[in-house]
Amino acid sequence: MKLTLKIWRQKNAQAKGKLVTYQLDDISPDMSFLEMLDVLNQKLIIEGDDPVAFDNDCREGICGMCSLYIGGRAHGHETETTVCQLHMRSFDDGQTVTIEPWRAKALPVIKDLVVDRGAFDRIIQAGGFVSTKTGAPQDANALPIPKQDADKAMDAAACIGCGACVASCKNASAMLFVSAKISQLALLPQGQPERDKRALAMVHQMDMEGFGNCTNEGECEAECPKAIKMTNIARLFREYYRATFTYEEQ
Amino acid sequence: MTVLDSKVPGGPLEKKWDQHKFDLKLVNPANKRKFSVIVVGTGLAGASAAASMAELGYNVLNFCFQDSPRRAHSIAAQGGINAAKNYPNDGDSIYRLFYDTVKGGDFRAREANVYRLAQVSNNIIDQCVAQGVPFAREYGGMLDNRSFGGAQVSRTFYARGQTGQQLLLGAYSALSRQVGEGNVKMYERREMLELAVINGKARGIVCRNLVSGDVESYTADAVVLATGGYGNVFYLSTNAMNSNVTAAWRAHKQGAFFANPCFTQIHPTCIPVSGDHQSKLTLMSESLRNDGRVWVPKKKGDTRPPEQIPESERYYYLEEKYPSFGNLVPRDVASRNGKIVCDEGLGVGSGQSVYLDFADAINRLGEDVVRARYGNLFDMYHHITDENPYKMPMKIFPAIHYTMGGLWVDYNLMSTIPGLFVLGEANFSDHGANRLGASALMQGLADGYFVLPYTIGGYFAGTELEDVDNNHSVLKDLENQSTEKTNKLLTINGKRTVDDIHRELGKLLWEDCGMARNEAGLKDAKEKIPKIREEFWQNVKVPGEAGEFNQELEKAGRVADFLEFGELMVTDALDRKESCGGHFREESQTEEGEALRDDENYAYAAAWEFQGVDKESTLHKEPLTFEHVKLTQRSYK
Repeated sequence: MKLTLKIWRQKNAQAKGKLVTYQLDDISPDMSFLEMLDVLNQKLIIEGDDPVAFDNDCREGICGMCSLYIGGRAHGHETETTVCQLHMRSFDDGQTVTIEPWRAKALPVIKDLVVDRGAFDRIIQAGGFVSTKTGAPQDANALPIPKQDADKAMDAAACIGCGACVASCKNASAMLFVSAKISQLALLPQGQPERDKRALAMVHQMDMEGFGNCTNEGECEAECPKAIKMTNIARLFREYYRATFTYEEQ
Repeated sequence: MTVLDSKVPGGPLEKKWDQHKFDLKLVNPANKRKFSVIVVGTGLAGASAAASMAELGYNVLNFCFQDSPRRAHSIAAQGGINAAKNYPNDGDSIYRLFYDTVKGGDFRAREANVYRLAQVSNNIIDQCVAQGVPFAREYGGMLDNRSFGGAQVSRTFYARGQTGQQLLLGAYSALSRQVGEGNVKMYERREMLELAVINGKARGIVCRNLVSGDVESYTADAVVLATGGYGNVFYLSTNAMNSNVTAAWRAHKQGAFFANPCFTQIHPTCIPVSGDHQSKLTLMSESLRNDGRVWVPKKKGDTRPPEQIPESERYYYLEEKYPSFGNLVPRDVASRNGKIVCDEGLGVGSGQSVYLDFADAINRLGEDVVRARYGNLFDMYHHITDENPYKMPMKIFPAIHYTMGGLWVDYNLMSTIPGLFVLGEANFSDHGANRLGASALMQGLADGYFVLPYTIGGYFAGTELEDVDNNHSVLKDLENQSTEKTNKLLTINGKRTVDDIHRELGKLLWEDCGMARNEAGLKDAKEKIPKIREEFWQNVKVPGEAGEFNQELEKAGRVADFLEFGELMVTDALDRKESCGGHFREESQTEEGEALRDDENYAYAAAWEFQGVDKESTLHKEPLTFEHVKLTQRSYK
């Protein structure tokens, strides 16, 4: 396969970036998209050019490291797929493909296609946990949890924190990400004691980081590689309103 | 010569750990905040250790090379985590988990460590449930269990096919809470380059800030490495792209012994290599062998599609050779048998793969049940290969997956450098020569949540520690060395890329030090590795500059260390003339082709001391004694 690539190149956070065009021949349809970029980078290195920086690690679709905006879509055109699981067989020979980093004020570019997602960590640090200490909690089966609740919590917990929801939202909202964690813990009995405090703290941090609001358009759900549902955002709103009425700071 | 003291406490096996916890000196709560600890790595072992120590009151500095601690490669573990809860009432016990692990490791692990691991396994499940980890449950609300390779009881807890992710996010949440409270200072996108040993004790690290390129030094009262395994020495493995041996290797060069580097695990169920562009291999969870049947055509060169090959012409080699364990034999046995049938010319697809067939399971249980159990794995397979495993059997082949070897540690998880502790896959202690499925998650969390927080207190309470800061001459020297090395890498300006040379090393090791090894092949590899290393330092091309985000420079540093480490792995494989677990020496096999141990001569952990690049390492032996599990030829028939 032959491809024309238009890739966002930006030397560092301060520098001005631009799209640069590259031609690539001899692409095998069995390659993953990232392997295709590997081929490009090997070529650039040998030719004395600077290879394209992009985040990646597990290449199994679970670490959440890879984060490319391909042809105007987060993680490319396939549904429920991370870039590392996107294969070249789903592209056409001779196609022109544009590759950009996530674009959001709260996720600034570090270099080329690499962005800083520290904001996500800070939101979790604000309240995305159950305050239990390592020690000797009760026996795991002392707390029966209905299967349907456990399954729903698992659906939300599947979030890989990649940022596709933010990148695809016109408001650069992080609500799908935040609501996934709030939902997981709100659905489980372990999460109840800190339920209100958590919702308020995480939403507050989200706002502090500069993410936008939700206007219910659903690009996030459409582009989420792990099929996290917007119903979680509805739950986030319920949790947040509930907390604003009932939570009293000690 | 250093005498290896495992510090295994006396007394009966069942009481050792409790007695030891009582005997360890304590640091009183008010004094804990006077101690600081560096933890390198944020996987299951690193994150759980950092969080647990911070909860106790220690000041923790935690480092990872990823952009977030949540990305560590523990996240990719699929199948599950073992514990001796015996919820299914099928005869499990702490003793049975201990027994299975020692036997599964082919009698090359330390009994006392393994027993402790089995003991704390139950606490781990309690701990994770308390954190809100959404394990799979039955309709009654109780936790569900499944069976896994190498065991005849159902002791594996799981969260769909994403158990590692959920356990890691649990540990990450505990860590995040401590970061938020200011008890852990988190350093992301930092790669450890050197360990600082000051007056004989591990007191700091030098690392590279991967965003700015700055070389930074940090000091503490102890250093904990939880930096994972070295599977990427083979270039192609199921490890994440950036997993590496650098932190462990740098510690080794400072005096930490490296134990059993030749013990590597080849996982039987991975997606086969599709071409030269391949950057990594993808594992399909071992849990698939619960319902999938492994087979090849009986006839050589049978090119019929699988559904056209009648039952009578299929060779279900695991079921036929091992009737009592069938498709659930341990990983090393399953992998080796896969290689044997492919070597005999019975392989399918490219010739380097076998079928893993779910047709029977789908007939018996229905597609919905199979989808509920393995849906995400089937989807992943479909994505990568473009073949639908609900309609036709998967093609699988073994791949490097886990490394049992690692830095030598005593019962306290301390290496041969005082104050340097090593956890999880980075140490060597619990899995012997072969790890059972669903035991890596168990060990990582056991080390981090339940072992280190106790033993590190014993170290602090019994050790004099003078003040050091990051202007110490040892750190300054190491910083200069790192800078020099970086500059050298950037100025060679040769003709080959880092990946190109890494691939050459990996191919050599896979052929000569992979699933089967023999003296001639190992000697050949030992001769060739120094030449590849020389080629690297003469002819590699690393673009860019030191003071910027430079991923090729990161890779180059890691590969430089793999090129030294690979030689030690081969040296160890040459020394161990027996077969055991994942280490199969062709010279040492039974008439049926099973691994044949030589307990008289090799019942030891081989701990290697670094003497210099291009110099022979010195071997120290820690004799292994088996008082509880009788040494037998493993049999899964």
